[in-house]
Amino acid sequence: MREINYNDLVANVAKICIDANYNLGQDVIDALQKHLATEESPTGKAILQQIIENAAIAREGVFPLCQDTGFAVFFVNLGQEVHIKGGSLNDAIAEGVRKGYGDGFLRKSIVADPLRRVNTKDNTPPIIWTEIVPGDKLNVTIAPKGGGSENMSEVAMLTPADGAEGVKKFVVDKVSRAGGNPCPPVIVGVGIGGTFEKVAWLAKKSLLRPVGSRNPDQFYADMELELLDKINKLGIGPQGLGGRTTALDVHIEAYPCHIASLPASVNIQCHSARHKSFEL
Amino acid sequence: MAEIIKLTTPLDDSQVKKCRAGDNVLITGPIYTARDAAHKKLVDLLDAGKPLPVDLTGHLIYYVGPSPTRPGQAIGSAGPTTSYRMDPYAPKILQAGSKGMIGKGEMGKGVADALQKYTGVYLTSVGGAAALIAKSIKSSKVVAYEELGAEAIVLLMVENFPAIVSQDCYGGNSFVEGLKKYRING
Ligand code: SF4
Repeated sequence: MREINYNDLVANVAKICIDANYNLGQDVIDALQKHLATEESPTGKAILQQIIENAAIAREGVFPLCQDTGFAVFFVNLGQEVHIKGGSLNDAIAEGVRKGYGDGFLRKSIVADPLRRVNTKDNTPPIIWTEIVPGDKLNVTIAPKGGGSENMSEVAMLTPADGAEGVKKFVVDKVSRAGGNPCPPVIVGVGIGGTFEKVAWLAKKSLLRPVGSRNPDQFYADMELELLDKINKLGIGPQGLGGRTTALDVHIEAYPCHIASLPASVNIQCHSARHKSFEL
Repeated sequence: MAEIIKLTTPLDDSQVKKCRAGDNVLITGPIYTARDAAHKKLVDLLDAGKPLPVDLTGHLIYYVGPSPTRPGQAIGSAGPTTSYRMDPYAPKILQAGSKGMIGKGEMGKGVADALQKYTGVYLTSVGGAAALIAKSIKSSKVVAYEELGAEAIVLLMVENFPAIVSQDCYGGNSFVEGLKKYRING
Protein backbone atom coordinates (compact mmCIF):
# COMPACT_ATOMS: atom_id res chain seq x y z
CA MET A 1 0.00 0.00 0.00
CA ARG A 2 1.20 3.47 -0.87
CA GLU A 3 0.03 6.19 1.49
CA ILE A 4 -1.20 9.60 0.38
CA ASN A 5 -1.69 12.26 2.98
CA TYR A 6 -5.21 13.66 3.36
CA ASN A 7 -3.93 17.23 3.71
CA ASP A 8 -1.85 16.98 0.53
CA LEU A 9 -4.96 15.90 -1.29
CA VAL A 10 -6.99 18.82 0.09
CA ALA A 11 -4.32 21.33 -0.92
CA ASN A 12 -4.05 19.93 -4.44
CA VAL A 13 -7.82 19.91 -4.94
CA ALA A 14 -8.07 23.54 -3.79
CA LYS A 15 -5.31 24.43 -6.22
CA ILE A 16 -7.01 22.91 -9.29
CA CYS A 17 -10.37 24.50 -8.37
CA ILE A 18 -8.66 27.87 -8.71
CA ASP A 19 -6.40 26.92 -11.61
CA ALA A 20 -9.32 25.63 -13.70
CA ASN A 21 -11.40 28.76 -13.17
CA TYR A 22 -8.63 31.22 -14.09
CA ASN A 23 -6.60 29.41 -16.75
CA LEU A 24 -8.36 28.31 -19.91
CA GLY A 25 -6.66 25.34 -21.61
CA GLN A 26 -4.42 26.09 -24.58
CA ASP A 27 -6.44 23.60 -26.68
CA VAL A 28 -9.54 25.78 -26.29
CA ILE A 29 -7.63 28.99 -27.00
CA ASP A 30 -6.07 27.47 -30.13
CA ALA A 31 -9.49 26.39 -31.38
CA LEU A 32 -10.92 29.87 -30.72
CA GLN A 33 -8.01 31.44 -32.65
CA LYS A 34 -8.55 29.09 -35.55
CA HIS A 35 -12.23 30.00 -35.77
CA LEU A 36 -11.50 33.70 -35.37
CA ALA A 37 -9.53 33.45 -38.59
CA THR A 38 -12.35 31.78 -40.51
CA GLU A 39 -15.56 33.16 -38.95
CA GLU A 40 -17.53 35.08 -41.58
CA SER A 41 -19.87 37.01 -39.30
CA PRO A 42 -18.37 40.33 -38.10
CA THR A 43 -20.40 40.06 -34.89
CA GLY A 44 -19.19 36.49 -34.48
CA LYS A 45 -15.59 37.59 -34.97
CA ALA A 46 -15.97 40.36 -32.39
CA ILE A 47 -17.36 37.86 -29.88
CA LEU A 48 -14.57 35.34 -30.45
CA GLN A 49 -12.07 38.15 -30.01
CA GLN A 50 -13.67 39.07 -26.68
CA ILE A 51 -13.60 35.47 -25.47
CA ILE A 52 -9.88 35.19 -26.30
CA GLU A 53 -9.15 38.50 -24.57
CA ASN A 54 -11.23 37.37 -21.60
CA ALA A 55 -9.00 34.31 -21.19
CA ALA A 56 -5.91 36.54 -21.12
CA ILE A 57 -7.44 38.77 -18.42
CA ALA A 58 -8.53 35.78 -16.32
CA ARG A 59 -5.00 34.37 -16.50
CA GLU A 60 -3.77 37.37 -14.48
CA GLY A 61 -5.52 35.72 -11.53
CA VAL A 62 -7.89 38.48 -10.41
CA PHE A 63 -11.11 37.77 -12.33
CA PRO A 64 -12.30 34.20 -12.99
CA LEU A 65 -13.07 33.28 -16.63
CA CYS A 66 -16.81 33.31 -15.96
CA GLN A 67 -18.85 34.53 -12.99
CA ASP A 68 -20.53 31.11 -13.02
CA THR A 69 -17.66 29.07 -11.62
CA GLY A 70 -19.78 25.99 -11.78
CA PHE A 71 -20.67 22.79 -10.02
CA ALA A 72 -17.36 21.17 -9.01
CA VAL A 73 -17.39 17.86 -10.91
CA PHE A 74 -14.47 15.47 -10.35
CA PHE A 75 -13.19 12.45 -12.21
CA VAL A 76 -10.88 10.39 -10.03
CA ASN A 77 -8.68 7.44 -10.96
CA LEU A 78 -7.73 5.78 -7.71
CA GLY A 79 -4.94 3.20 -7.89
CA GLN A 80 -6.00 0.13 -5.93
CA GLU A 81 -2.72 0.20 -4.03
CA VAL A 82 -3.32 3.69 -2.66
CA HIS A 83 -4.37 4.35 0.91
CA ILE A 84 -5.45 7.82 1.99
CA LYS A 85 -4.09 8.56 5.41
CA GLY A 86 -5.99 10.85 7.76
CA GLY A 87 -9.44 10.88 6.19
CA SER A 88 -11.59 9.78 3.27
CA LEU A 89 -11.13 10.60 -0.41
CA ASN A 90 -14.56 12.24 -0.70
CA ASP A 91 -14.07 14.37 2.41
CA ALA A 92 -10.70 15.55 1.15
CA ILE A 93 -12.18 16.59 -2.18
CA ALA A 94 -15.08 18.44 -0.50
CA GLU A 95 -12.67 20.22 1.81
CA GLY A 96 -10.51 21.16 -1.16
CA VAL A 97 -13.55 22.63 -2.91
CA ARG A 98 -14.49 24.64 0.18
CA LYS A 99 -10.97 26.03 0.38
CA GLY A 100 -10.45 26.60 -3.34
CA TYR A 101 -13.80 28.32 -3.93
CA GLY A 102 -13.23 30.49 -0.85
CA ASP A 103 -9.57 31.44 -1.42
CA GLY A 104 -10.12 31.87 -5.16
CA PHE A 105 -13.08 34.26 -4.86
CA LEU A 106 -15.17 31.84 -6.89
CA ARG A 107 -18.96 32.00 -6.91
CA LYS A 108 -20.91 29.66 -4.63
CA SER A 109 -23.64 28.30 -6.87
CA ILE A 110 -24.93 25.18 -5.10
CA VAL A 111 -28.23 24.85 -3.25
CA ALA A 112 -28.51 22.12 -0.60
CA ASP A 113 -31.80 20.77 -1.92
CA PRO A 114 -33.20 20.98 -5.47
CA LEU A 115 -36.65 22.14 -4.34
CA ARG A 116 -36.01 23.95 -1.06
CA ARG A 117 -33.07 25.80 -2.59
CA VAL A 118 -30.93 27.15 0.21
CA ASN A 119 -27.36 27.98 -0.87
CA THR A 120 -24.67 25.88 0.87
CA LYS A 121 -22.40 28.96 0.71
CA ASP A 122 -19.19 27.00 0.05
CA ASN A 123 -19.99 25.37 -3.30
CA THR A 124 -20.09 21.89 -1.76
CA PRO A 125 -20.96 19.12 -2.17
CA PRO A 126 -18.91 18.29 -5.24
CA ILE A 127 -19.85 15.52 -7.66
CA ILE A 128 -17.22 12.77 -7.64
CA TRP A 129 -16.87 9.94 -10.17
CA THR A 130 -14.25 7.47 -8.95
CA GLU A 131 -12.77 4.59 -10.90
CA ILE A 132 -10.55 2.08 -9.17
CA VAL A 133 -7.60 1.33 -11.44
CA PRO A 134 -4.45 -0.80 -11.17
CA GLY A 135 -1.35 0.79 -9.65
CA ASP A 136 -0.37 3.11 -6.81
CA LYS A 137 -1.20 6.52 -8.25
CA LEU A 138 -4.08 8.89 -7.63
CA ASN A 139 -5.23 11.05 -10.50
CA VAL A 140 -7.83 13.78 -9.95
CA THR A 141 -9.47 15.99 -12.60
CA ILE A 142 -11.89 18.83 -11.95
CA ALA A 143 -14.35 19.98 -14.61
CA PRO A 144 -16.38 22.89 -13.14
CA LYS A 145 -19.69 23.02 -14.98
CA GLY A 146 -21.81 26.13 -15.44
CA GLY A 147 -25.60 26.03 -15.32
CA GLY A 148 -26.25 27.65 -18.70
CA SER A 149 -24.73 24.87 -20.77
CA GLU A 150 -25.55 21.99 -18.41
CA ASN A 151 -29.24 22.87 -18.74
CA MET A 152 -29.07 22.29 -22.49
CA SER A 153 -28.22 18.58 -22.14
CA GLU A 154 -30.34 15.47 -22.72
CA VAL A 155 -30.52 11.68 -22.68
CA ALA A 156 -32.56 9.75 -25.29
CA MET A 157 -33.31 6.04 -25.21
CA LEU A 158 -33.33 5.37 -28.95
CA THR A 159 -34.06 1.99 -30.51
CA PRO A 160 -31.45 -0.11 -32.33
CA ALA A 161 -33.38 0.57 -35.54
CA ASP A 162 -32.65 4.28 -35.20
CA GLY A 163 -28.98 3.47 -35.73
CA ALA A 164 -26.24 5.98 -36.49
CA GLU A 165 -28.62 8.25 -38.41
CA GLY A 166 -30.97 8.44 -35.43
CA VAL A 167 -28.13 9.35 -33.08
CA LYS A 168 -26.84 12.06 -35.43
CA LYS A 169 -30.30 13.57 -35.83
CA PHE A 170 -30.79 13.61 -32.04
CA VAL A 171 -27.47 15.38 -31.49
CA VAL A 172 -27.93 18.03 -34.19
CA ASP A 173 -31.54 18.73 -33.11
CA LYS A 174 -30.44 19.18 -29.52
CA VAL A 175 -27.73 21.69 -30.41
CA SER A 176 -30.14 23.48 -32.73
CA ARG A 177 -32.81 23.84 -30.03
CA ALA A 178 -30.24 25.04 -27.49
CA GLY A 179 -29.49 28.03 -29.75
CA GLY A 180 -27.66 30.85 -27.99
CA ASN A 181 -28.48 29.66 -24.46
CA PRO A 182 -25.36 27.54 -23.70
CA CYS A 183 -23.01 30.42 -24.65
CA PRO A 184 -21.79 29.12 -28.00
CA PRO A 185 -19.23 28.33 -29.30
CA VAL A 186 -19.69 25.05 -27.47
CA ILE A 187 -18.06 21.65 -27.27
CA VAL A 188 -20.60 18.90 -27.79
CA GLY A 189 -20.13 15.77 -25.69
CA VAL A 190 -21.94 12.72 -27.02
CA GLY A 191 -22.44 9.39 -25.28
CA ILE A 192 -23.64 6.32 -27.18
CA GLY A 193 -24.44 2.92 -25.64
CA GLY A 194 -24.29 1.54 -22.11
CA THR A 195 -27.37 2.12 -19.98
CA PHE A 196 -29.47 5.15 -19.04
CA GLU A 197 -27.01 6.46 -16.44
CA LYS A 198 -23.85 5.26 -18.18
CA VAL A 199 -24.62 7.15 -21.38
CA ALA A 200 -24.91 10.50 -19.58
CA TRP A 201 -21.60 9.82 -17.85
CA LEU A 202 -19.96 8.99 -21.21
CA ALA A 203 -20.98 12.34 -22.69
CA LYS A 204 -19.62 14.22 -19.70
CA LYS A 205 -16.39 12.18 -19.70
CA SER A 206 -15.87 12.89 -23.40
CA LEU A 207 -15.64 16.61 -22.58
CA LEU A 208 -12.36 15.98 -20.73
CA ARG A 209 -10.62 15.15 -24.00
CA PRO A 210 -8.63 18.06 -25.47
CA VAL A 211 -10.41 20.05 -28.17
CA GLY A 212 -9.26 18.72 -31.54
CA SER A 213 -8.60 15.17 -30.31
CA ARG A 214 -10.39 12.33 -32.11
CA ASN A 215 -11.93 9.12 -30.87
CA PRO A 216 -9.32 6.36 -31.43
CA ASP A 217 -11.94 4.28 -33.28
CA GLN A 218 -11.96 5.58 -36.88
CA PHE A 219 -15.72 4.94 -37.18
CA TYR A 220 -16.46 7.36 -34.33
CA ALA A 221 -13.69 9.77 -35.33
CA ASP A 222 -15.43 10.15 -38.71
CA MET A 223 -18.79 10.62 -37.02
CA GLU A 224 -17.35 13.34 -34.79
CA LEU A 225 -16.18 15.33 -37.80
CA GLU A 226 -19.43 14.76 -39.67
CA LEU A 227 -21.44 16.04 -36.69
CA LEU A 228 -19.13 19.03 -36.25
CA ASP A 229 -19.66 19.98 -39.88
CA LYS A 230 -23.45 19.60 -39.61
CA ILE A 231 -23.59 21.65 -36.39
CA ASN A 232 -21.49 24.45 -37.83
CA LYS A 233 -23.87 24.66 -40.78
CA LEU A 234 -26.76 25.49 -38.43
CA GLY A 235 -25.79 29.19 -38.44
CA ILE A 236 -26.29 29.69 -34.68
CA GLY A 237 -22.82 31.18 -34.30
CA PRO A 238 -21.12 32.79 -31.32
CA GLN A 239 -23.71 33.64 -28.62
CA GLY A 240 -26.51 32.65 -31.01
CA LEU A 241 -26.18 35.87 -33.01
CA GLY A 242 -25.37 34.11 -36.26
CA GLY A 243 -22.15 32.73 -37.71
CA ARG A 244 -20.17 29.65 -38.64
CA THR A 245 -18.68 28.94 -35.23
CA THR A 246 -21.36 27.14 -33.23
CA ALA A 247 -19.17 24.30 -31.96
CA LEU A 248 -15.41 24.05 -31.51
CA ASP A 249 -15.54 20.26 -31.43
CA VAL A 250 -17.69 17.16 -31.02
CA HIS A 251 -16.48 14.29 -28.83
CA ILE A 252 -18.10 10.88 -28.87
CA GLU A 253 -17.59 8.12 -26.32
CA ALA A 254 -19.22 4.75 -26.94
CA TYR A 255 -19.78 1.66 -24.78
CA PRO A 256 -21.23 -1.82 -25.34
CA CYS A 257 -25.00 -1.97 -24.90
CA HIS A 258 -27.97 -4.31 -24.57
CA ILE A 259 -29.40 -6.01 -27.68
CA ALA A 260 -32.67 -4.11 -27.15
CA SER A 261 -31.22 -0.64 -26.54
CA LEU A 262 -29.53 2.35 -28.13
CA PRO A 263 -29.03 4.98 -25.43
CA ALA A 264 -27.67 8.34 -26.63
CA SER A 265 -26.84 11.53 -24.78
CA VAL A 266 -25.68 15.08 -25.38
CA ASN A 267 -23.85 17.11 -22.75
CA ILE A 268 -23.11 20.62 -23.94
CA GLN A 269 -20.01 22.42 -22.70
CA CYS A 270 -19.75 26.18 -23.17
CA HIS A 271 -16.54 27.81 -24.43
CA SER A 272 -15.56 28.28 -20.77
CA ALA A 273 -14.41 24.64 -21.02
CA ARG A 274 -12.49 24.39 -17.80
CA HIS A 275 -10.63 21.35 -16.56
CA LYS A 276 -7.42 20.74 -14.65
CA SER A 277 -5.78 17.62 -13.19
CA PHE A 278 -3.09 16.49 -10.78
CA GLU A 279 -1.47 13.19 -9.96
CA LEU A 280 -0.09 12.10 -6.62
CA MET B 1 -22.05 46.06 -39.01
CA ALA B 2 -21.17 49.74 -38.86
CA GLU B 3 -18.41 51.11 -36.66
CA ILE B 4 -18.72 50.82 -32.90
CA ILE B 5 -21.44 53.05 -31.43
CA LYS B 6 -20.62 54.86 -28.19
CA LEU B 7 -23.56 55.10 -25.83
CA THR B 8 -23.58 57.42 -22.85
CA THR B 9 -26.12 56.56 -20.17
CA PRO B 10 -28.76 57.47 -19.23
CA LEU B 11 -29.98 57.11 -22.80
CA ASP B 12 -32.40 59.28 -24.74
CA ASP B 13 -34.50 58.17 -27.70
CA SER B 14 -32.04 59.51 -30.24
CA GLN B 15 -29.28 57.25 -28.90
CA VAL B 16 -31.61 54.24 -28.85
CA LYS B 17 -32.66 54.92 -32.42
CA LYS B 18 -29.04 54.77 -33.60
CA CYS B 19 -28.83 51.14 -32.44
CA ARG B 20 -29.57 48.53 -35.07
CA ALA B 21 -29.53 44.77 -34.51
CA GLY B 22 -25.98 43.56 -35.08
CA ASP B 23 -24.23 46.79 -34.08
CA ASN B 24 -21.42 46.74 -31.54
CA VAL B 25 -21.68 49.32 -28.78
CA LEU B 26 -19.55 50.59 -25.92
CA ILE B 27 -21.50 51.91 -22.94
CA THR B 28 -20.23 54.55 -20.54
CA GLY B 29 -22.09 55.89 -17.53
CA PRO B 30 -24.36 54.49 -14.81
CA ILE B 31 -26.31 51.23 -15.25
CA TYR B 32 -28.48 49.36 -12.75
CA THR B 33 -28.35 45.65 -12.05
CA ALA B 34 -31.51 43.69 -11.34
CA ARG B 35 -32.38 40.02 -11.46
CA ASP B 36 -35.55 38.00 -10.88
CA ALA B 37 -36.34 39.01 -7.29
CA ALA B 38 -35.70 42.74 -7.78
CA HIS B 39 -37.81 42.73 -10.94
CA LYS B 40 -40.69 41.21 -9.07
CA LYS B 41 -40.51 43.93 -6.40
CA LEU B 42 -40.27 46.74 -8.95
CA VAL B 43 -43.20 45.47 -10.96
CA ASP B 44 -45.30 44.97 -7.80
CA LEU B 45 -44.73 48.66 -6.98
CA LEU B 46 -45.61 49.74 -10.52
CA ASP B 47 -48.79 47.65 -10.46
CA ALA B 48 -49.77 49.29 -7.15
CA GLY B 49 -49.10 52.74 -8.61
CA LYS B 50 -46.36 53.41 -6.07
CA PRO B 51 -43.01 55.15 -6.70
CA LEU B 52 -39.89 53.10 -7.41
CA PRO B 53 -36.83 53.20 -5.12
CA VAL B 54 -34.70 54.30 -8.10
CA ASP B 55 -35.58 56.50 -11.06
CA LEU B 56 -35.30 54.27 -14.11
CA THR B 57 -35.74 57.05 -16.65
CA GLY B 58 -33.29 56.48 -19.50
CA HIS B 59 -31.50 53.68 -17.69
CA LEU B 60 -30.28 50.28 -18.82
CA ILE B 61 -30.85 47.25 -16.57
CA TYR B 62 -28.08 44.62 -16.48
CA TYR B 63 -29.03 41.01 -15.70
CA VAL B 64 -25.98 39.80 -13.74
CA GLY B 65 -24.90 37.66 -10.74
CA PRO B 66 -21.19 38.44 -10.25
CA SER B 67 -18.53 36.32 -8.56
CA PRO B 68 -17.25 37.63 -5.18
CA THR B 69 -15.39 40.95 -5.18
CA ARG B 70 -11.72 40.84 -4.23
CA PRO B 71 -10.47 43.54 -1.87
CA GLY B 72 -9.45 46.59 -3.86
CA GLN B 73 -11.63 45.71 -6.88
CA ALA B 74 -14.92 47.30 -7.95
CA ILE B 75 -16.60 43.93 -8.58
CA GLY B 76 -15.88 40.26 -9.37
CA SER B 77 -16.35 38.65 -12.78
CA ALA B 78 -19.63 39.96 -14.11
CA GLY B 79 -20.96 38.38 -17.31
CA PRO B 80 -24.64 38.31 -18.23
CA THR B 81 -27.22 35.79 -17.10
CA THR B 82 -29.96 34.38 -19.33
CA SER B 83 -32.52 37.07 -20.15
CA TYR B 84 -35.74 35.24 -20.97
CA ARG B 85 -36.47 34.81 -17.25
CA MET B 86 -37.15 38.55 -17.19
CA ASP B 87 -39.61 38.36 -20.12
CA PRO B 88 -42.68 38.78 -17.87
CA TYR B 89 -41.29 41.97 -16.27
CA ALA B 90 -39.28 43.77 -18.96
CA PRO B 91 -42.24 45.44 -20.78
CA LYS B 92 -43.39 47.13 -17.56
CA ILE B 93 -39.85 48.26 -16.76
CA LEU B 94 -39.63 49.81 -20.23
CA GLN B 95 -43.01 51.45 -19.74
CA ALA B 96 -41.66 52.96 -16.51
CA GLY B 97 -38.99 54.80 -18.47
CA SER B 98 -36.07 52.35 -18.73
CA LYS B 99 -34.44 52.42 -22.17
CA GLY B 100 -33.42 48.80 -22.28
CA MET B 101 -31.56 45.88 -20.81
CA ILE B 102 -28.38 43.84 -21.09
CA GLY B 103 -28.30 40.06 -20.81
CA LYS B 104 -27.70 36.94 -22.91
CA GLY B 105 -29.96 34.87 -25.17
CA GLU B 106 -33.09 35.91 -27.02
CA MET B 107 -35.99 37.74 -25.36
CA GLY B 108 -39.64 37.01 -26.14
CA LYS B 109 -42.23 38.65 -28.36
CA GLY B 110 -43.76 40.73 -25.56
CA VAL B 111 -40.38 42.32 -24.96
CA ALA B 112 -39.75 42.85 -28.69
CA ASP B 113 -43.09 44.66 -28.97
CA ALA B 114 -42.34 46.80 -25.91
CA LEU B 115 -38.94 47.79 -27.37
CA GLN B 116 -40.78 49.21 -30.38
CA LYS B 117 -43.55 50.82 -28.37
CA TYR B 118 -41.34 52.56 -25.81
CA THR B 119 -38.22 52.99 -27.98
CA GLY B 120 -35.91 50.65 -26.10
CA VAL B 121 -33.01 48.40 -26.98
CA TYR B 122 -31.96 44.91 -25.88
CA LEU B 123 -28.21 44.43 -25.78
CA THR B 124 -26.32 41.22 -25.23
CA SER B 125 -22.97 41.14 -23.59
CA VAL B 126 -20.90 38.04 -24.23
CA GLY B 127 -21.73 35.15 -21.91
CA GLY B 128 -18.46 33.88 -20.49
CA ALA B 129 -16.53 37.11 -21.20
CA ALA B 130 -17.05 37.94 -17.54
CA ALA B 131 -13.48 38.98 -16.68
CA LEU B 132 -13.28 41.30 -19.68
CA ILE B 133 -16.63 42.85 -18.78
CA ALA B 134 -15.55 43.29 -15.12
CA LYS B 135 -12.66 45.45 -16.30
CA SER B 136 -15.12 47.98 -17.70
CA ILE B 137 -16.98 48.30 -14.37
CA LYS B 138 -15.39 51.08 -12.33
CA SER B 139 -17.55 51.08 -9.21
CA SER B 140 -20.56 49.32 -7.71
CA LYS B 141 -22.90 50.40 -4.95
CA VAL B 142 -26.07 48.81 -3.60
CA VAL B 143 -28.90 51.32 -4.03
CA ALA B 144 -32.04 49.31 -3.25
CA TYR B 145 -33.26 46.03 -1.77
CA GLU B 146 -30.07 45.32 0.16
CA GLU B 147 -31.98 42.52 1.92
CA LEU B 148 -31.96 40.56 -1.35
CA GLY B 149 -28.19 40.03 -1.06
CA ALA B 150 -26.77 39.04 -4.44
CA GLU B 151 -30.07 40.05 -6.04
CA ALA B 152 -30.11 43.63 -4.70
CA ILE B 153 -30.24 46.53 -7.14
CA VAL B 154 -26.71 47.77 -7.65
CA LEU B 155 -25.63 50.96 -9.39
CA LEU B 156 -22.61 50.27 -11.61
CA MET B 157 -20.47 52.96 -13.17
CA VAL B 158 -19.14 51.55 -16.43
CA GLU B 159 -16.64 52.74 -18.98
CA ASN B 160 -16.62 51.32 -22.49
CA PHE B 161 -18.71 48.33 -21.46
CA PRO B 162 -18.87 46.10 -24.59
CA ALA B 163 -22.25 44.86 -25.86
CA ILE B 164 -24.06 43.96 -29.05
CA VAL B 165 -27.45 45.25 -30.15
CA SER B 166 -29.49 42.10 -30.55
CA GLN B 167 -33.12 43.31 -30.51
CA ASP B 168 -33.71 46.92 -31.56
CA CYS B 169 -36.56 49.47 -31.51
CA TYR B 170 -37.45 48.69 -35.15
CA GLY B 171 -38.24 45.01 -34.56
CA GLY B 172 -34.78 43.94 -35.72
CA ASN B 173 -33.61 40.67 -34.12
CA SER B 174 -30.04 39.41 -34.54
CA PHE B 175 -30.87 35.93 -33.29
CA VAL B 176 -33.37 35.43 -36.11
CA GLU B 177 -31.48 37.33 -38.80
CA GLY B 178 -28.08 35.87 -37.91
CA LEU B 179 -29.34 32.31 -38.08
CA LYS B 180 -31.02 32.93 -41.44
CA LYS B 181 -27.93 34.52 -42.87
CA TYR B 182 -25.44 31.86 -41.89
CA ARG B 183 -27.48 28.65 -42.05
CA ILE B 184 -26.36 26.25 -44.77
CA ASN B 185 -29.03 23.74 -45.72
CA GLY B 186 -28.26 20.15 -46.61
S1 SF4 C 1 -22.80 28.72 -20.02
FE1 SF4 C 1 -20.59 28.77 -19.51
S2 SF4 C 1 -19.81 30.71 -20.34
FE2 SF4 C 1 -22.06 30.85 -20.26
S3 SF4 C 1 -22.50 31.83 -18.31
FE3 SF4 C 1 -22.60 29.61 -17.97
S4 SF4 C 1 -20.52 28.99 -17.33
FE4 SF4 C 1 -20.38 31.05 -18.18
